[in-house]
Amino acid sequence: MPEKTTVYKDFIEDTLKEYPEKSKKERAKHIAIIEPGDTSCSVKSNKKSLPGVMTIRGCAYAGSKGVVWGPVKDMVHISHGPVGCGQYSWGTRRNYYNGITGINSFGMMQITSDFQEKDIVFGGDKKLSKIIDELEEMFPLSKGISIQSECPIGLIGDDIEAVARKKSEEIKKTIIPVRCEGFRGVSQSLGHHIANDALRDWVYEKDVKGADVEDSKYNVALMGDYNIGGDAWSSRKILEDMGLKVISQSTGDSTLSELANIKKAKLVLLHCYRSMNYVARYLEEKFQVPWLEFNFFGPTQIFQSMRKIAEHFDEKIKERTEYLINEVYGPKLQKITDKYFPKIKGKKVVLYVGGLRPRHIIPAFQDLGAEVIMTGYEFAHNDDYQRTLEYLNDTTIIVDDMTEYELEKTIKKLKPDLFGSGIKEKYQVQKSGVPFRQMHSWDYSGPYHGIDGYEIFAKDVDMAINGYIWKKITPPWEKGA
Amino acid sequence: MKGCEGICNITMFNEESYKTLFNNKKNYEDGHDDKKVKSVLEYTKTKEYMEKNFSREAVVINPLKACQPLGAFYAAIGFENTLPYLHGSQGCAAYFRSHFSRHFKEPFPAVSDSMTEDAAVFGGHKNIYEGLKNSYKLYKPEIIGMCTSCMAEVIGDDISSFVNNAKSQGDIPKDVDVVTAHTPSFVGSHITGYDNMLYEFIKYFGDELSAKHEKINVFLGFDTYVGDFTEIKRIFSLFGVEYTIISDPSEMLNSPADGNYKMFRGGTKIEELKKAPGAKGAIFLQTYSMSKTIQHVKNQWGQVARIINPIGLKGFDDLLVAISELTGKEIPEELKSERGKFVDAITDSYYHVYGKRFAVTGDPDIAYGLTRFILELGGEPVHILVTNANKKFTKEMNKLLEEFSKEDSCKVYPEKDMWHLRSLMFVEPVDYLIGNTFTKLVARDTDTPLIRIGFPIFDRHHLHRYPVIGYQGGINLLNWIVNGILEDIDNKTKDSSNFDIVR
Ligand code: SF4
Ligand code: SF4
Repeated sequence: MPEKTTVYKDFIEDTLKEYPEKSKKERAKHIAIIEPGDTSCSVKSNKKSLPGVMTIRGCAYAGSKGVVWGPVKDMVHISHGPVGCGQYSWGTRRNYYNGITGINSFGMMQITSDFQEKDIVFGGDKKLSKIIDELEEMFPLSKGISIQSECPIGLIGDDIEAVARKKSEEIKKTIIPVRCEGFRGVSQSLGHHIANDALRDWVYEKDVKGADVEDSKYNVALMGDYNIGGDAWSSRKILEDMGLKVISQSTGDSTLSELANIKKAKLVLLHCYRSMNYVARYLEEKFQVPWLEFNFFGPTQIFQSMRKIAEHFDEKIKERTEYLINEVYGPKLQKITDKYFPKIKGKKVVLYVGGLRPRHIIPAFQDLGAEVIMTGYEFAHNDDYQRTLEYLNDTTIIVDDMTEYELEKTIKKLKPDLFGSGIKEKYQVQKSGVPFRQMHSWDYSGPYHGIDGYEIFAKDVDMAINGYIWKKITPPWEKGA
Repeated sequence: MKGCEGICNITMFNEESYKTLFNNKKNYEDGHDDKKVKSVLEYTKTKEYMEKNFSREAVVINPLKACQPLGAFYAAIGFENTLPYLHGSQGCAAYFRSHFSRHFKEPFPAVSDSMTEDAAVFGGHKNIYEGLKNSYKLYKPEIIGMCTSCMAEVIGDDISSFVNNAKSQGDIPKDVDVVTAHTPSFVGSHITGYDNMLYEFIKYFGDELSAKHEKINVFLGFDTYVGDFTEIKRIFSLFGVEYTIISDPSEMLNSPADGNYKMFRGGTKIEELKKAPGAKGAIFLQTYSMSKTIQHVKNQWGQVARIINPIGLKGFDDLLVAISELTGKEIPEELKSERGKFVDAITDSYYHVYGKRFAVTGDPDIAYGLTRFILELGGEPVHILVTNANKKFTKEMNKLLEEFSKEDSCKVYPEKDMWHLRSLMFVEPVDYLIGNTFTKLVARDTDTPLIRIGFPIFDRHHLHRYPVIGYQGGINLLNWIVNGILEDIDNKTKDSSNFDIVR
């Protein structure tokens, strides 16, 4: 057995040791070592989190309101239920948009039905109707409304669909009821799915019309990019440079019209597979729009993806793409790599993120010379793990639904040079003396996608790993300092 | 930015390449034309819109309050080796933890028992059994502070009997203390949840009347300024008075980066809490966040309880007098001198505050204290907007305004949200706004400088490390307010002759 494998095996054994017997068995199925050349991944996923273990996961509401629907900027999204859920997810995701908040865009707002006891006892449907009337008065320019259900809604038997239907006719706007109560499913993931289904049923099946778009063989839709720190914009730049027409962007900085128009694209470019593959598949089946997964993270993947996309178009686009790669982007990104590679080379990175980034970012780290020794997903499914394999070229630990306990063990045993995860994990890791980057929000930086993004990413990784302060965690009076 | 080498992600979206991209994207957005947008924008600034806005009965837009279990977590984490535990969906717990971490820039360890659809149908007892077993084994807390999410409340889980079952079937040892509090989110706000959990703790551990002793119990309430805990400790030691702070998260939420992460740090010792009923008296530094707790301490413990708001000059005086009266000790010279220094600082600065118009927002206790301090400085707190206010609060605030003869010029807005405030600030503008990070949205819309005080503050660092009460706290508040104003004056005069060197 190669040395790495032994070390990792010990690590896993040691980590699981403390769990009660039953939980230990369960957790063991969610951690595995992948060797180069492995063709299947045995990690169990999309299963209930164990109670009491301090899972890092969120809920379906977070997956729908937080991830998929929330960024649709010209609609008002009601956090339907008590005040909390909407309050905690207010403006913290960094899905950028252009527009005037509260006038023609409603992104950074917390609009809630603020349920009181009487709403729980007598039901909230009447209140919901009234809310919709009041929203019309307050926000006349909104293009539609979505109702994002919180836990109680599904438990008290409210009929939000009926309210949506009735009010939609009255106000002549699209109203989308979403059954994304937090107790459904096992993570954010079911929320994505439910949000996708709502999009299917209440936008496409209801034939909501988007604005007219000039037909062109170059029309594409950019899908599943939430524009964290401006990611989608930076990606869009590449596509436009290639000569493509991005007629729709979803859901970061998107509009209802853009959602409705996805089906008019000649090709759907899917960034976050986990959170929007359901709609992509549906559109393919129903409207015969093909879709393609791509990755604009770091030079290797950007160029590979650009070529993959160009394959779907004519010579003009292909030539342009080659020109960009060889003459423009290539030299530009090479300069960045040359600058940062020596400072990042050989550094060990551990990732634990959502449903896409744990694999998508790996090559970007490799471009900079770092090595991802462990990666894990909060809410991935089997197909995500399968897709991860092609990204790995060395022995790697894979973990599903990591607990804070396992995180602590990881830091102690594997001593990474950089840990990439979320806000809840950040300070525990830093106090342990390990540099950290939030890889959901880009740690208040970004964009990380695209050409512009790579430069910022490289700079941030260097800054995190090579910050002077990390050498000073141990005081001079302690041994080994 | 000048410090940016290469691409600069602070200014990049203002660059030509992005502007072109945005304009191009607009063609596909199907947005309203600029003229229409402009006219609606102007309309939302009018009195007519404000009237409609204030007649809202159902929808709440940008409220300044959170839900009960968040507060319950905060109360629980203030006790030694205590693990906050949410009986309910895991999403809520993830949100509470993120919320606290974004504010304190600290880890906030807490678990949930991940209730899902089947628990909604069959009840959450199994989640409690397994949740207690796992969390106890992995994290080894001495105490578990359990509260409930909406879900558990709606289905009506009987958490204390589930906990008893868990113990009798051996999921956790019988002697592990599990304090349970019901915290329905559809009642009250995070401060209600704080009260509920705190109340359950003092009932659980302090129910037997212990031997009488000379200590004073100190309750800071839902106070997110960790510096306040330090300041209170300093003041009591200057008095030479022994005290017990009941729920003290200050070590937990201000811990060193030394390479050794510890899950639990500091907190009120349970031994101390058990002795708390025998104390000589109690001082409460908040009232709205502790009404149930206060009643219990007064009635069940039979303690002389002094309830004061320690913010500002009157707050400092009241605090010193209360300690002195409760203990029979003289106010120490050093504190007398600090009081004088505080007054001195105010005399240096209040000219810049006098007559300035403020909008004050926040949780009831801090909003009350800040309003009073603004009044002490001669400012005009014309809009006092508190989403989670009750009738008592409104009454007390009105009384305060009367004391300063401001009842005609200043007004309290209980149970209102920031969308109301936006209208108010357009129709009846103010010079400065005081509030948490969320209020930066209305500050931007109305072009009003924001002085950040309150919770949560996500977009500035370290403010929570400072105190806002006592002498040190008084100086800090004065610093933030006065220098906030001076900064603004510099901004406003930077192109004119009154860009003064001395202010
Ligand atoms: S579901 Fe209820 S308890 Fe959970 S965050 Fe939302 S309001 Fe709070
Ligand atoms: S990129 Fe990751 S974190 Fe973002 S929405 Fe997709 S799965 Fe979630």
